[in-house]
Amino acid sequence: MHRIIPPRNAQSIMNVVFWVSGIITLILLLVIIGYILINGLPVLTPEFLLSSPLNAGRAGGIFPMIVSTFYVTFIAVIVAAPLGVLSAIYLAEYSGQSRIVRAIRFGTQTLASIPSIVFGLFGMAFFVVFLHFGFCVLSGGLTLALMALPTILSTSEISLQAVPQSYREGSLAIGATKWQTVYKVVLPAAMPGIITGIILGMARAIEETAAILYTVGSATQIPISVFDPARPLPLHLYYLATEGLSMPNAYGTAAVLVIIILVITITTNYLVDRYIKKMMGR
Amino acid sequence: MEYRIEAEELNVYFGESHILKDISIKMPTNEVTALIGPSGCGKSTFIRSINRMNDLIPSFRKNGTVLLDGDDVYDPKMDVVDLRMRVGMVFQKPNPFPKSIFDNVAYGLGIQGITDKEVLRERVEQSLRGAALWDEVKDKLENSALGLSGGQQQRLCIARTIAVEPEVILMDEPCSALDPISTTKIEDLIHKLKNEYTIIIVTHNMQQATRVSKNTAFFLNGEIVESGLTEKIFIEPEDNRTEDYITGRFG
Repeated sequence: MHRIIPPRNAQSIMNVVFWVSGIITLILLLVIIGYILINGLPVLTPEFLLSSPLNAGRAGGIFPMIVSTFYVTFIAVIVAAPLGVLSAIYLAEYSGQSRIVRAIRFGTQTLASIPSIVFGLFGMAFFVVFLHFGFCVLSGGLTLALMALPTILSTSEISLQAVPQSYREGSLAIGATKWQTVYKVVLPAAMPGIITGIILGMARAIEETAAILYTVGSATQIPISVFDPARPLPLHLYYLATEGLSMPNAYGTAAVLVIIILVITITTNYLVDRYIKKMMGR
Repeated sequence: MEYRIEAEELNVYFGESHILKDISIKMPTNEVTALIGPSGCGKSTFIRSINRMNDLIPSFRKNGTVLLDGDDVYDPKMDVVDLRMRVGMVFQKPNPFPKSIFDNVAYGLGIQGITDKEVLRERVEQSLRGAALWDEVKDKLENSALGLSGGQQQRLCIARTIAVEPEVILMDEPCSALDPISTTKIEDLIHKLKNEYTIIIVTHNMQQATRVSKNTAFFLNGEIVESGLTEKIFIEPEDNRTEDYITGRFG
């Protein structure tokens, strides 16, 4: 067959294509983050961060929203992380390949691709109305937990499966039980991946708007009890922008969200990296 | 007891395939027994039948018996966890855990419920000395075991195994992934260890079998063709197939 492009040229062309794709992605990211920060940072005064909104958010700050964000995210993570990790351990270490396992896996994948507004609708029907929790932190947090669950589960399962079989054999051969092997060898080895999964799930919960729209209420006070209504940052941003209350404050809120996500991602990456280096002896 | 391990008419199947056929062999206490034979002849399957690692394979079936000190290891009353503490195993590829050197050796002790720091420290040192590794690692016990060289990792795995004071050590081609110098170190170690442990070593290296073992069994297609004193097997084998194999005509 006649070659249209000689292999050496194809090689150079593809190198350029890969490089350009990488650069475009990086530039897009920087532009978005930069745009938000340029518009948002001027608004970010200590007063904005530490006071309550006035006049429906046209003035004042976003302190209750920051508290609400951490509150609902905390609930989502303490519910979804144990459930997700334990299910992942079951799937990866105990279940084998039965029909129920395939069903759970299929369920997880489906759950991950359901639009978040549908989660919101379900959260309202189930937590708010059926369980009588009302519009509150708990309803919102639990709805977010449902959303974060598939991410945590599948990332954890993949990390557990990636642990070399030779570790398990070594542990069992020394007289460890299955659970000791999982707990003392497999889990620590998979921990970087599991933590990454939890952080991905957590980031999803922090950023989510639609799922909490119908579940968390929209109160602008600081929520104290889990049954208090609240207004996390994305929801506040949504109201500020769609109702045209204050675009500068909307950008300020967005900047805070972006910064929270960046700080969490960068710190975890750093810590996970250090853990891996220590574990691998590099 | 004269023989630590005795297999009688052992047959092993994985699903439909008949892997081990009527294996009968006695392995003397505190001696080294070498298992030789071409790849896929059942040597590894056989040693994994002794510490019941084959139980992990769902399609595994067997009949016949394997005795450890006269007790049937497949007896329903035999606790697998207890069995594996008595019969340690060193694998083909060094498989230290991604933990510190200290924690690797202390692992089996922790499993046994030993938590006393002083006892742990003592037993770890003793095991590392026993595995001829102490001098090389004594200053970096907290470093990850994965930072060690392949040969050091394998000696660490031996230290991990002897830390729980087993009666038997199964070695599945322990030197096949190592360079000649590391191999020599492991062989020296085997000589030293046989005073206290019954060792069964699978090897593809004929010289290694003659260097380290008192007895040798030649496996072929899931059967033991010939077994007995190593010198006899290598100098005047009774079966032509043994002679063909050890002289390198196949395998």
